[in-house]
Amino acid sequence: MKKEFNRRSFMKIAATSFGIGALYQVLPMTASGESEEFLGFLGKQNGEKPTPFSFVQLSDTHVGFHGPPDPLGTKAFEHAVDMVNGLDTKPDLVIVTGDLTHDSENRTEQAERMKLFQEISGRLHAPMLKLVPGEHDAGLDGGTLYREHFGQTSYSFDHRGVHFIALDNVSHPKPEVGAEAIAWLKKDLARFPKTAPIVVMTHRPLFDLKPEWEWFTSDGDDVMNVLAPYENVTVLYGHIHRDNEHDDGHARHYAARSLIFAFPDPTVTPVDQKKPIPFDKERPFKNLGIRLVNENPRRRPASASLEIRDVELSLREFNELVGSQQLLKDGDL
Amino acid sequence: MKRKLWTILPILVLALLTSASFARHDDDAAPQVIELKAKRFAFTPGEITLKKGEPVILRLSSDDVTHGLYLKPLKIDADITPGKTTDVKVTPEQVGKFVAICDHFCGAGHGNMHLVVNVVE
Repeated sequence: MKKEFNRRSFMKIAATSFGIGALYQVLPMTASGESEEFLGFLGKQNGEKPTPFSFVQLSDTHVGFHGPPDPLGTKAFEHAVDMVNGLDTKPDLVIVTGDLTHDSENRTEQAERMKLFQEISGRLHAPMLKLVPGEHDAGLDGGTLYREHFGQTSYSFDHRGVHFIALDNVSHPKPEVGAEAIAWLKKDLARFPKTAPIVVMTHRPLFDLKPEWEWFTSDGDDVMNVLAPYENVTVLYGHIHRDNEHDDGHARHYAARSLIFAFPDPTVTPVDQKKPIPFDKERPFKNLGIRLVNENPRRRPASASLEIRDVELSLREFNELVGSQQLLKDGDL
Repeated sequence: MKRKLWTILPILVLALLTSASFARHDDDAAPQVIELKAKRFAFTPGEITLKKGEPVILRLSSDDVTHGLYLKPLKIDADITPGKTTDVKVTPEQVGKFVAICDHFCGAGHGNMHLVVNVVE
């Protein structure tokens, strides 16, 4: 008799807030006869048996952005790097889901911003750093300068039994992935069985979250249709500068916070009032953060197998000083 | 001859009146044209009001770079290229306040470039 496993529950994500990004834990289910059998099955099917690891998602660092609503420039980003380096659980991987830099009309200036991003992200103590562009990195020149600094805008890689896909939905002038990249995605996925755990990293949401605020990808449905046959799909994105979780009935979509400023809740904000949340001197990192993810396929219940913690930056974490003076002393205002 | 004239004249008058009436009707049916200019990072005017069920033509032009105009509920999805006008015919089918956006990335303020479209009965 064919053994039936609850494969869809294998890569589900549970989130905890950190405030400067996100740490993901990829955790195989608890050791039991059934989970061992399941992991063995996945190893056989996917070519590599999933093993526990953690990774961090940062997003929307907007290096080069100055002025209101956030006068602190790269401080949240730099603090996030320090925070990741101080984690007890060392991440295998850090991903950044777009808008690494704020756009500049001046190519030299934009290049300097990209170099500054590289300098700050280079302080991360993580074996791997994987990036995907945002429209502020690649929208003005179709991604030319981004590619010169960071490489391809759409690509994939495998890590410990999980297939990661970086999907560019910003290099075209309009919010779309485009037919060529969707064809590449199909080809990329073709070698995987339907059971393969897949994590898609992209910038804009791949569903209509709030089209009036450009929180959508026009051909997002086409992308999700390509992913539809796969049973363990998680989409991690940025762009909206706030947490969001969405289950489309097949895949789960998670937005990470920004490291520059936050946008308000679109469900309670008038549709024509998309404005950043004002800077709060008392809590300069309010609503900014990172995400931590732990993958443990053995974890029980299986529905919590991919564990997410979103962590908000706080003043106390910043050189252990309380109060905004520490943050403001460098004369950034 | 006179009798024949009196027979033809009413027909001619009726034909003329009918023709004039049709011409006037055609004028009435011509959609209103609303001119919209796109310039980083705003549309001018920034707000328009349309009537439900009444077709209008949005005549779009750009003063600087290529912009877009996107509003899914009203089926608007157009590129606005500098140096030419683009006409988009719209017949709103639902009442409400909508926000159309520039969906062609045009620079730092792009994320807030929008047009409020009110549709009334």
